[in-house]
Amino acid sequence: MSDTTQTGPVLAADGTPLKRSLARALRMQKMRALMLIAPLLVFILLTFILPIADMLFRSVENRIVSDTLSETVVTLKDWDALGDEAPGEAVYESLYYDLFVAAEAKEHTKLGTRLNYEETGISSLFRGSGRKVDDVGEDHVKAIERANDGALKDEALWFEIMTGGSSAEGNTGLLDAQRAKLSQLTGDSFAGDIGFVPGAEISALFPRMATAYTDFALFTAIAEEDVVAEEDPWETVFVAFATAVQSAGGAEKLASYTGPGAAELTAAAEALAELEPISFKAAFLDMDEDWGDLGNWRTIQTYSPNYTSGYFLNSIDMQKGPEGAEPRPENQQIYITLFQRTLVMSLVITGSCILLGYPVAWILANLPTRSANILMILVLLPFWTSLLVRTSAWKVMLQQQGVINDVLVWLGLVDDAARLVMINNQFGTIVAMTHILLPFMILPMYSVMQTINPSYLRAAKSLGATNWTAFWRVYFPQSVPGIGAGSILVFILAIGYYITPEIVGGTKGVFISNRIAYHISSSLNWGLAAALGSILLAVVLLLYWAYDKIVGIDNVKLG
Amino acid sequence: MKLRKLTALAATTALCAPMAFAADMADEMTIVSWGGAYSNSQLKAYHEPYAEKTGVKIINDESSNEAVAKLRAMNEAGNVTWDVVDVVAADAMRLCDEGLAMEIDPDEHLAAAPDGTSAEEDFGELLVSDCFIPQIVYSTTFGYRTDLVGDTPPTSVCDVFDLEAYPGKRALEKRPINNMEWALLCDGVAKDEVYDVLETEEGQERALAKLDTIKDSVIWWSAGADTPQLLADGEVVMGSTYNGRLFSVIEEQDQPVAMLWDAQVFDLDGWIIPAGLSDERKARALDYIYFATDTQRLADQAKYISYGPARASSAPLVGKHAELGIEMAPHMPTDPANAQNTFLYNYEFWADYRDDIDAKFQAWLAK
Repeated sequence: MSDTTQTGPVLAADGTPLKRSLARALRMQKMRALMLIAPLLVFILLTFILPIADMLFRSVENRIVSDTLSETVVTLKDWDALGDEAPGEAVYESLYYDLFVAAEAKEHTKLGTRLNYEETGISSLFRGSGRKVDDVGEDHVKAIERANDGALKDEALWFEIMTGGSSAEGNTGLLDAQRAKLSQLTGDSFAGDIGFVPGAEISALFPRMATAYTDFALFTAIAEEDVVAEEDPWETVFVAFATAVQSAGGAEKLASYTGPGAAELTAAAEALAELEPISFKAAFLDMDEDWGDLGNWRTIQTYSPNYTSGYFLNSIDMQKGPEGAEPRPENQQIYITLFQRTLVMSLVITGSCILLGYPVAWILANLPTRSANILMILVLLPFWTSLLVRTSAWKVMLQQQGVINDVLVWLGLVDDAARLVMINNQFGTIVAMTHILLPFMILPMYSVMQTINPSYLRAAKSLGATNWTAFWRVYFPQSVPGIGAGSILVFILAIGYYITPEIVGGTKGVFISNRIAYHISSSLNWGLAAALGSILLAVVLLLYWAYDKIVGIDNVKLG
Repeated sequence: MKLRKLTALAATTALCAPMAFAADMADEMTIVSWGGAYSNSQLKAYHEPYAEKTGVKIINDESSNEAVAKLRAMNEAGNVTWDVVDVVAADAMRLCDEGLAMEIDPDEHLAAAPDGTSAEEDFGELLVSDCFIPQIVYSTTFGYRTDLVGDTPPTSVCDVFDLEAYPGKRALEKRPINNMEWALLCDGVAKDEVYDVLETEEGQERALAKLDTIKDSVIWWSAGADTPQLLADGEVVMGSTYNGRLFSVIEEQDQPVAMLWDAQVFDLDGWIIPAGLSDERKARALDYIYFATDTQRLADQAKYISYGPARASSAPLVGKHAELGIEMAPHMPTDPANAQNTFLYNYEFWADYRDDIDAKFQAWLAK
């Protein structure tokens, strides 16, 4: 009998521990249940949660600046934004190469639009400079091309110089780095063979020139699908060469170069000797004097990081300055007002829905089924009419030459010259939205009231309560869950309403959603729209949480 | 004999060439426009003749008022379903800036005028963006109720700001564009200095202060159909809207409304082709554009709606309204009698200042 008194775990019939076997069986069940809801889960995830998460993510995302001006943002980091001097030559030099590539890829105007949200005028600054950027160092480019009777006008020679000849050692590191940079910039893949690898020698001696030529080669071969060796290199290659040989130590570097085209490059360097070295700063200021404007540079520097709090600050009437958050000028503050107004008006609408809906729900619940059904149709009727039609109908009713005013004038209650203003203000919004949202209040109230046993009221009265006491102490507390459910529905719907306030709200009756819609569809400032939307979502969740704490979400019943 | 064979061969090649070309084009296309009477004019003037000529099936979409946002979303999703889109010039510029519209070389892709003038010259200054092919010139201008203004109908845009002479409500668009210019003009700024003034903080304050004098009497509209409705109901004495809408209130619905052409603001509407179409669809879109923007076609559209054709060479061909039978030329914003005092929408200025001034304008509205 000693073998029956085991101390180990209880085993199932097949010898595995019972605990594990049980867990496996339960897991199978859970999996099966999960499989059943999987289609819905995947559907909601793909069509609802992911897009919304992606949209909300835009409220902090700001890669566009560092993707487009990848080098400039690095050199600009050291600039003193609070000083009173524009950045130095190095920043303008990086700006030249960044802007040139961006203009070739037609990405510079996107950045201009983005930064224009923060600083007026940057949009046209970028658009205009993108057109003129290939004129920088024009004289130097011409001088190089003219030297040696135009030897350096030959695309094939440039190709050979930059590869260092067919047997030369290649610099694949540079090629990969530029590939990555360009695909960051354009969002397209720059993978694939381009028939070009920059030579190791030339990229060590003239790194800037090699980079510029590699960008050009990648762009030519992949975006334009041409052969690199048959196309004229970009002006940046010439400018980079001119800058390198005209800077300190440039002549020695060139002298040490022994690869293909050494003689032609030397001759070109001699031709350049007559010209002043290129000043990028002067060239940009010549292009547009706004490049000397400190405000523009501060904006670029402030918005260099990949993630920004700028949109959120904008949506609470602040802005991001060089010294951190600061309030916006008073004549631009609008969002806090709109948030407050949205909340207050939604509360008023919810309140009027309760006042109007409660008696209707009570009658519905206490009538015989036949007549209740007919009344129910009247409640549901608005549901079957288009929202726009209902809103426009209110316009006809409320306007100064509208039905209500006409009747009042006809009755002599109102003077013809002093017709009431009932639309294009908060009153209009509240009336129209109360009407539109009323069914959402009546239905949950009605289904809760139906479950209240009428004998409770009778019992209260038979015990001596007045009608009012019986209602207030017995009936009303039991109907509160219906009010709660209706209020949450109406309030949350109201807070996000946009088409009705737009049509009947005028200037004082519009909601925050109208600004969100404007930024989504009109100004295309999706980041700001996302930030405003996130705040609205957070406010709703906060109120929901507060509601749960105060009333308790268990007390909400839909029936 | 040899010569005849050669001519025959040339003739067959000439005949076959367009057909072979056509085989490479999509046989269905989606054209996006504004809906209503405007889409109808395009249907009659462009779509029907084009479909008859080529057998292409044209699907109409009426989403132009949200075209910029939708195109951006489509582009991000990598699935552009539109082939040709009708947008106002300012939107075209933004789409071009965002890389969402294709650049079009007018001389390469558009028909020359019948007298051989190149397309670029024929459209002239109206080619405001590299991606945009203008179609019509429309204007935003005022209409007023003839029965509510007494014996002295308004003659100047500044009468809008004159509450004593013309009491009652006015309808203005719920955005700064145009309103700021009119306000400055009526505050004594010379026409050619309006944008210099509007560039400055003080100028913007000044324009808003002028608008402040009538703020309580303004109904702000956001859809083009609002003002005609408000005028017809007698809700407003005068209001700004697009001239074509006023034309239909006056001539088609016979309401007691008249035009106030003073200081009308010209704007352009036209086509763009979204970037990133497949070769077949692009070829089809370009073929459509070539057809729909030639001199005759643009003149034809004016038979159905009172917007001026964007080509100089189309103007002499403008005839009578197709249903009402009235001469259309006097109803065109570009007619010399109407165009005595005009503005051209300043695209560059508003591209830069739109966000900034709009923020101030909205804050002012909410106050």
